[in-house]
Amino acid sequence: MLRRRFPEWFVLLLPAIIVIAAVVLIPLIFSLYSSFTPYKLTRPSTLWTWVGTYNYEKILTDAKFWAAFGRTVLFLTIVLNLELVLGLGIALLMNKVTWGQRTLRTILMFPMMFSPILVGFQFKFIFNDNIGLVNNALQSMGFNVALPWLVDGKLAMFSIIFAEVWMSTSVFAILILAGLFAMPRDPLEAAKVDGCTPWQSFRHITLPFLMPFIFIAMTIRSLDVARAYDIVQIMTGGGPARRTELLWTLMSRTGYVDARMGLANAMGYVSILLSIVFTIYFFHKLSAARAQIGMGG
Amino acid sequence: MTEVNLSKVVKFYGKHRAVHGIDLAIHDGEFVVLVGPSGCGKSTTLRMIAGLEDISDGEVSIGGRVVNDLPPRERNISMVFQNYALYPHMTVRENLGFSLKVAKKEETEIEKAVDEAAGILGLDELMERKPAELSGGQRQRVAMGRAIVRHPDVFLFDEPLSNLDAKLRTQMRVEIKKLHQKVGNTIIYVTHDQVEAMTLADRIVLMQDGYIVQVGTPLELFNAPVNTFVASFIGSPPMNLIDGTVSGTDTIKLAGGLDVPVPAAARGQVTDGQKVQFGFRADNLMPEGHAVQEEGEKANLELTVTLTEPLGTETVLFTDIAGTEVQAKMLNPRPVRPGEVLKFRLMLDKCHVFDANTTEAIRG
Ligand SMILES: Nc1ncnc2c1ncn2[C@@H]1O[C@H](COP(=O)(O)OP(=O)(O)O)[C@@H](O)[C@H]1O
Ligand SMILES: [Mg+2]
Repeated sequence: MLRRRFPEWFVLLLPAIIVIAAVVLIPLIFSLYSSFTPYKLTRPSTLWTWVGTYNYEKILTDAKFWAAFGRTVLFLTIVLNLELVLGLGIALLMNKVTWGQRTLRTILMFPMMFSPILVGFQFKFIFNDNIGLVNNALQSMGFNVALPWLVDGKLAMFSIIFAEVWMSTSVFAILILAGLFAMPRDPLEAAKVDGCTPWQSFRHITLPFLMPFIFIAMTIRSLDVARAYDIVQIMTGGGPARRTELLWTLMSRTGYVDARMGLANAMGYVSILLSIVFTIYFFHKLSAARAQIGMGG
Repeated sequence: MTEVNLSKVVKFYGKHRAVHGIDLAIHDGEFVVLVGPSGCGKSTTLRMIAGLEDISDGEVSIGGRVVNDLPPRERNISMVFQNYALYPHMTVRENLGFSLKVAKKEETEIEKAVDEAAGILGLDELMERKPAELSGGQRQRVAMGRAIVRHPDVFLFDEPLSNLDAKLRTQMRVEIKKLHQKVGNTIIYVTHDQVEAMTLADRIVLMQDGYIVQVGTPLELFNAPVNTFVASFIGSPPMNLIDGTVSGTDTIKLAGGLDVPVPAAARGQVTDGQKVQFGFRADNLMPEGHAVQEEGEKANLELTVTLTEPLGTETVLFTDIAGTEVQAKMLNPRPVRPGEVLKFRLMLDKCHVFDANTTEAIRG
């Protein structure tokens, strides 16, 4: 009998290939397939009905989906920009600190160490309209109000953004701080001698050097925020009346509450496009910024 | 008119005192070189003049204006850094024009000034490149171009040539000197290399451990060093120094038993029994038949050559006087083998005497 001989590298990689296939590839193919079926969790036999692109057509005309899509893009834009501005500010301040910087850096990482679920609960309590910290603080300062933080649509969105920014600004701060540490001192001194004000030095020398670090943070965070689920689910559950509904809360509602898994999977595939677009955009910017400061494309 | 004046300037880094109250007056258009061994406070002094370091005490004035509390941008100086400090994300053209751009000058004016500087330094071909695409010598030139574009009152150079190879260094040295002749500004130049100092300076400021040891023209420092440190720092090879004791008023007994007369300049300044160091340069100890013909008092010595360093027009001979290694020079050299015994002539008029305790020169 002739034994087929596999090349050695293949044999060595086989366990890894099998594991990856089992946990990534098969679910991926399964979910892609099911997005072309009317698959309902409560009626498993629906998995075998092929409906072609029906789910996708349905999504394209679904106002609820597009509302969530637009809200996610808005959420992403506001959160990323806020985190960038705050993170940059924190990093610049930290860079000036000469004493106890190590401790400060560790403290800065604390929010990242909490599970998002806990952060969700924490802010759900803080923003609670009856017993919450914010309203209590407002009242003891003499404002006789009970703002419906998590009930009013706009305020709820604000509260969620606040929680998200609180949790993850340190990603920007840490990466930008790393950039500041890696920054050569000479060009800054040359700029001083060349007549730059501190603002001009920052604008023309420091910022171009930090851009690659900023875009790395942007890429990481855009993938994260586009998947925002835990905090939103805990704090508002997408409510009130879907006014804080983001893509992932909508998907989980469709998939698990309404049990329409085929449709939810189709939504997943459409919304992945969003992440891909952001990633490509930021990577493009990243390599341009790297080339700018002579780090090569 | 742009004089630079330092008066009792002190620099503390924490508790460490890096510069000990130095006084220095630099005239308009003068090329002054701060030289000294590594760590003696040259860069610190220069950076205080530039405004990149705080002045702990004392006063710095540029063009009659006290600048202690002015930021660098208000001092109208340019600085060339040791590792060039070009802006990596800007082209050569942008690097050159940057100072004018932040000063909000007209586009056309910037272009004119940049082209002029590029012309002076031969950068025309490189204008659209980034610093990463330039060789060391080209980067150095851009750094210099960036300094001259602004027409500053004073140029500050901090070891601008020490990252270049020997040949390029010599070449750039000439260019810097030409640049000074062309623009005529005051230049303060820091280096640890005494050859650079000698070749470039109108006046040399020799520093040691945060103090100024001697200020003078290159020839003053070469011919009349104030102490043994200056004597061994300036000139190559360094001055030969031999321990000795004064005997009577006219004779110095060297450690190994050899007697030499007290050089004319020091006569009457020494006392019997004084411990001294007897110094002379290699140029003043030459083998017979290979020496400069010069009038003056001479001493004849027979010495064994231990090592030779042929340099072409001359050979440096290593030998031994009274147990101390000394170097001599041979003009129109012929091959010499180690171990060969030659007759040497020591030019006594050119010799120096230093007090062994204070290391200071004894001179009338
Ligand atoms: N930023 C600094 N912090 C503390 N000490 C410094 C600093 N810069 C220089 N020094 C010290 O000051 C002294 C003079 O340094 P520097 O002026 O750089 O010497 P040079 O340029 O002559 O080689 C040295 O002993 C050096 O260690
Ligand atoms: Mg130095």
